[in-house]
Amino acid sequence: MKFKKILPQFLTLLFIVLIFGFFTMNAQENMDTRGIEFGFGFLKQEASFDIQFSLIDYDGSRSYARAYLVGLLNTLLVSFIGIILSTILGVIIGVARLSPNYLINKTASFYVEFFRNVPLLLQIFFWYFAALRALPMPEDAPLIFGSSYMTIKGLYTVAPVWNNFDVFFIALIIAMIIIFFFNRFAKKKQEEEGKQYPKFLISLGIFIILPASTFLIGGVDLSWSFPELKQLAKTSFTYEGGLGIPPELIALTLALTLYTATFIAENVRAGIQGIGKGQKEAAASIGLTPSQVLKLVIMPQALRIIIPPTTNQYLNLTKNSSLAAAIAYPDLVLVFAGTAMMQTGRAIEIVGITMATYLSISLAISMFMNWYNKRIAIQEK
Amino acid sequence: MSNLNFLKPNKENLNLFLVFGTLFFALGIIDFCLNNFYEKNITGFLPGFISFFTPLIFGMIGLHLIRIEFSGIKILDELNKNINTNNFNAALSISIIILIIFSVAPLLNWFILDANFVGDTKEACTGGGACWVYIKVWFNRFIYGMYPNAEQWRVNATFIIVLGLMAAGYFFPLRFKKYLTFYYVIILPIISFLLIYYLISGGEFGLEWVETGAWGGLSLTFIVSFFSLIFCFPIGMMLALGRRSDLAVVKYSSLSFIEFWRGVPLITVLFMSAVMFPMFLPDGTYVDKLIRVIVAITLFEAAYTAEVIRGGLQALPRGQYDAAKSLGMGYWRLHLLVILPQALKLVIPGIANTFLALVKDTPLIFVVGLLELVGMLNLAKTNPKWLGFSMEGYVFAGIIFWIICYSMSKYSQKLELKFKTDR
Repeated sequence: MKFKKILPQFLTLLFIVLIFGFFTMNAQENMDTRGIEFGFGFLKQEASFDIQFSLIDYDGSRSYARAYLVGLLNTLLVSFIGIILSTILGVIIGVARLSPNYLINKTASFYVEFFRNVPLLLQIFFWYFAALRALPMPEDAPLIFGSSYMTIKGLYTVAPVWNNFDVFFIALIIAMIIIFFFNRFAKKKQEEEGKQYPKFLISLGIFIILPASTFLIGGVDLSWSFPELKQLAKTSFTYEGGLGIPPELIALTLALTLYTATFIAENVRAGIQGIGKGQKEAAASIGLTPSQVLKLVIMPQALRIIIPPTTNQYLNLTKNSSLAAAIAYPDLVLVFAGTAMMQTGRAIEIVGITMATYLSISLAISMFMNWYNKRIAIQEK
Repeated sequence: MSNLNFLKPNKENLNLFLVFGTLFFALGIIDFCLNNFYEKNITGFLPGFISFFTPLIFGMIGLHLIRIEFSGIKILDELNKNINTNNFNAALSISIIILIIFSVAPLLNWFILDANFVGDTKEACTGGGACWVYIKVWFNRFIYGMYPNAEQWRVNATFIIVLGLMAAGYFFPLRFKKYLTFYYVIILPIISFLLIYYLISGGEFGLEWVETGAWGGLSLTFIVSFFSLIFCFPIGMMLALGRRSDLAVVKYSSLSFIEFWRGVPLITVLFMSAVMFPMFLPDGTYVDKLIRVIVAITLFEAAYTAEVIRGGLQALPRGQYDAAKSLGMGYWRLHLLVILPQALKLVIPGIANTFLALVKDTPLIFVVGLLELVGMLNLAKTNPKWLGFSMEGYVFAGIIFWIICYSMSKYSQKLELKFKTDR
């Protein structure tokens, strides 16, 4: 009996050891013959290539480690925007698919069936190479909402210019902390004494008044910078000032959002449908208003069904953002596994770091969502 | 507000309300169409903001006028029940109707009315619509890649034979039915591989050798998806069983394998297969690019398949295991005869989704320089003789992929119903 348990384990171990041994041995030999040494010292070397779009200070004289950071931040940026937008769109479409209104219902299912069955890469190419290329040149672009220009070179819109932004930011954080403790206090009061506070109004008040007061006493100042057309050469124009969003980012966000929203919509629909009709009727029969039924009975239960698969979609979105490399949005894959690897030729280290980064992002998101899921899970006694 | 009886029809004056309601509704639509397609604003005398919303306001008044609990007229009742239950729904319905009119007309123009179908050169495309001539001229490239024109019958023949063999499973006589799995999992892949090796790749029997770099287009999409699909399923099944095993080493190695592949994006896996993998092989050995790609995609999707199958295994009640064990079944008999047939039935939708994801992921192989349909589009787009038709190309590829994926998902829904058993 014991032998039966040990043998398969031993064979598995042997198999793994042999494969890894074989690969490491070959890698060692190949690197020896080519005169490459394994190591991460190259990260400190000067990168000497430029990156089109960066959230932090970067130029060619910075190190490869800095370039890696730029790529990572760009990946996180597009994933973050994508997750927020696709959640909003997904919830709307998911609820719309349950609408009794025939037209809304059919439009929503048409959207879902259409966008989920076309490869994401194709959608990214479509937006980038076909749709956004049809936009006007900077000098011909019409003004949108009195402030922005949608051009072939990207979206130019107003940018806030802050004075003493850190004071405002600290005030914002303090406001959130106060709201958190106030809510805990209110909940405790309600549980102990049955006393209800207008929680939402008070929270909103704190959230607005505290940061706003820094404008009066903290020396915070906010002005807006508008994009202005500037002539570079005879036929070449660009915008200066304001906030410029490159077309790569727009195309990527658009495609990721539209694609992932279809999956989130299906999750939301399944979650709401998964709640028995009896729950709704029971809640209504004890006198809850329709909005209370939704808020206190349906959503808490539906969220339990919705969250685990939606976490997977968030992970997929983050991983899919690596398709950015195909349209030259400078994300982690393009900057690091692309340009940096071409220059240094260190395939093993760079692909290793890239994969490890994605693995850690994935694990971080799934750990956070597991924690959240556990918090809202049914506490069975 | 619900007891507001203002302008509400009842049985007696229904006809009058119907006439006025329809009139208002039609007015709204006409106003919108005139505004959009003929640039005539019949409500221009109103302030700009109100004028913009007149179609919506007219339509809502119209729908409000014809809203009645029960009229006895079938069409009207259906209409009221489905799109006109209250003012909010009516507003949404009208917005959607307007949106449909707004988008369908230009799309129809672009696709068919203004499009060019005849001709062989770029000059034939004069209309403002799509240039389908472009697709026509490049069709062979989009389907077969760089495969020599004269040899394309070989690709066709292979696909027809493989399709025939796949369909043959349906017509097996009853006494061979138990070998069906064996046929699909072992025999079919081997035959297909041999066919592809000797017929598409060639080099023997007097057939000209065509290197894998020249394969491409839609046929390459099919080849990559076919082999990855066939191989990722058994590997995924083994991994799922391994992850639920009692043996610590087996369990944790399966677990880390699955988590690793699920944690990294496919594009980095393909990068790995392209630049890192050759470093791990003895000097001088060369594994064909296509095979490396298929292996990479297979391992990647196997991890996802494993998680789906694990879900099915977990969903089975413990009693199934206990009952099988009490009959004296060992591990393999228990799983092959009792557990897996039930678990796999449960996870058909999940498996179908994984397979769909696999098909949709195949365009990524452009990373290693293999050009399937989307890759060929990007190549054709840069041809100086045919600049400026990227839209047509992407729409064409989108339609093809949509047909493949949509029919696959519909088929999986059918399978799900077929195998659904009450438990």
